Amino acid sequence: MSPVTEASGTDGSLVTVRDLRFLRGDKIIFDNVSMDIPRGKITAIMGPSGTGKTTLLRLIAGQLRPHEGEITVDGQRIHHLERAQLFELRKRMGMLFQSGALFTELSVFDNVAFPLREHTRLSETMIRILVLMKLQAVGLRGAHRLMPAELSGGMARRVALARAIALDPMMIMYDEPFVGQDPIAMGMVLNLIRLLNDALGLTSIVVSHDINETAQIADRIYLIADGRVVEHGSPAVLRDSESPWTRQFVHGLPDGPVPFHYPGPPYREDLLAGS
Amino acid sequence: MRFHRVLVATLVEIFASIGRRGLRFFPLLILRLGRGSLLLFRILAGLPRACLRPGLVVKQIHGLGVLSLPIIAVSGVFVGMVLGLQGYINLVDYGATAQLGALVALALVREMGPVISALLYAGRAGSALTAEIGLMKATEQLASMEMMAVDPFQRVLAPRFLAGLIAMPLLACIFTALGILGGWYIAVWQLGVDSGSFWSQMQASVQFVDDVVDGVLIKSLVFGFVANWIAVFEGYDCLPTSEGISRATTRTVVNTSLTVLALDFVLTALMFGGN
Repeated sequence: MSPVTEASGTDGSLVTVRDLRFLRGDKIIFDNVSMDIPRGKITAIMGPSGTGKTTLLRLIAGQLRPHEGEITVDGQRIHHLERAQLFELRKRMGMLFQSGALFTELSVFDNVAFPLREHTRLSETMIRILVLMKLQAVGLRGAHRLMPAELSGGMARRVALARAIALDPMMIMYDEPFVGQDPIAMGMVLNLIRLLNDALGLTSIVVSHDINETAQIADRIYLIADGRVVEHGSPAVLRDSESPWTRQFVHGLPDGPVPFHYPGPPYREDLLAGS
Repeated sequence: MRFHRVLVATLVEIFASIGRRGLRFFPLLILRLGRGSLLLFRILAGLPRACLRPGLVVKQIHGLGVLSLPIIAVSGVFVGMVLGLQGYINLVDYGATAQLGALVALALVREMGPVISALLYAGRAGSALTAEIGLMKATEQLASMEMMAVDPFQRVLAPRFLAGLIAMPLLACIFTALGILGGWYIAVWQLGVDSGSFWSQMQASVQFVDDVVDGVLIKSLVFGFVANWIAVFEGYDCLPTSEGISRATTRTVVNTSLTVLALDFVLTALMFGGN
């Protein structure tokens, strides 16, 4: 379908999705989706709102179960794991929720310390050092005494990012990290994703519909629409794509294969129906 | 051995047919009961771990119990005062005002203490519990906890349930004790009943095991179990929207009140109906 620039193989991939099929009620969310998320790279999963990009992250994390197909993370088939094994694997996966999902009754410091306190037996002195290091990485060491309600949206997301890397995971999944950010915060988040990925040797999955921001940092992009992978490749490949759908999405054209109008009866008929 | 197997098979078939019929006629009720039972099971499974972290439970006892004290205390005093006044008005015609202590104490210990404190608890603490858990669900805090490989049943639901279970009998005892003092104040200080006969009649007619343990303690334990189960379930099961949370909160108060009143009749019939 489209030229794939990088060599894709199971050995180079941290996450593989094979023939995934997922339904919500009768609605098909994913139909025959296959993907390879390469190790050490930033992979973006893009598509219009409501195409189930977040659902895909939850499937990868094992919070939802596919109806058909298989997902492996680091060689482990995620839906065949026992609960304890799944939890063990999740300690090595970080996820940044759209809202940040900070614990509102805990301070910034305690939020970042939460996974350390739950999963390790480190002393409080050690935890303090680690937490301050993680907060330093996102530039919020000075804010460690604040409560989540006192943070701006961008700050909350950076704290959540510090919490997600607290246990030094092998991968991070970002759910719409750019939504509702002012330009400065957006630039910070973009930089952080790239920086953390390279400095910590992470594998990153970014779910987003902001094509311009995502294209700046992603090594590979998967475009999803109507439950299928429409196209994948490097940002440059997608920008030059001939497919009408990809063109509409990448260049943000209001009308095209994805219609501007929600399906309905003809306009004239509808207007005259009342009289 | 064969007979045994046939018996088990028949019993299973009977239960399955009850289930099928129930599902046909009251699908929503049965589904909710099923989800509620599963939730209770998972909470009970998480209780041992919750006991290992007394700090979490103590914090919740403060939120659910200590912060409910003002409303419980004020209501207890007033209910006791009304009982004293009404009892006096009715007993004075027969010259039996010496029995006032027994009347006030028995009414409070057997019925009003556990029932009214459970109803107040549902309004004050149960609704807050539902709203808190519902909001944690809506803001993805529970999901992010799961992603950090922390079981929300062990970390969030079980400590709250246990704390409520501990707080309820204590609140009922305080309510009852303050109610008796309220009745005593009205009877002795306002209406001129002899203080000695007030207390001695009470001592003569109230049995520790039959009245205090059965009435206040066992009833309030049962009510506390039900009230906290409903509150936690409604919070966890709510639709994660503002309307969903508001409905869940209302349902907590309504369902707890109805269940407590119905259960009170059953318990009263079992405990005091025999003699």
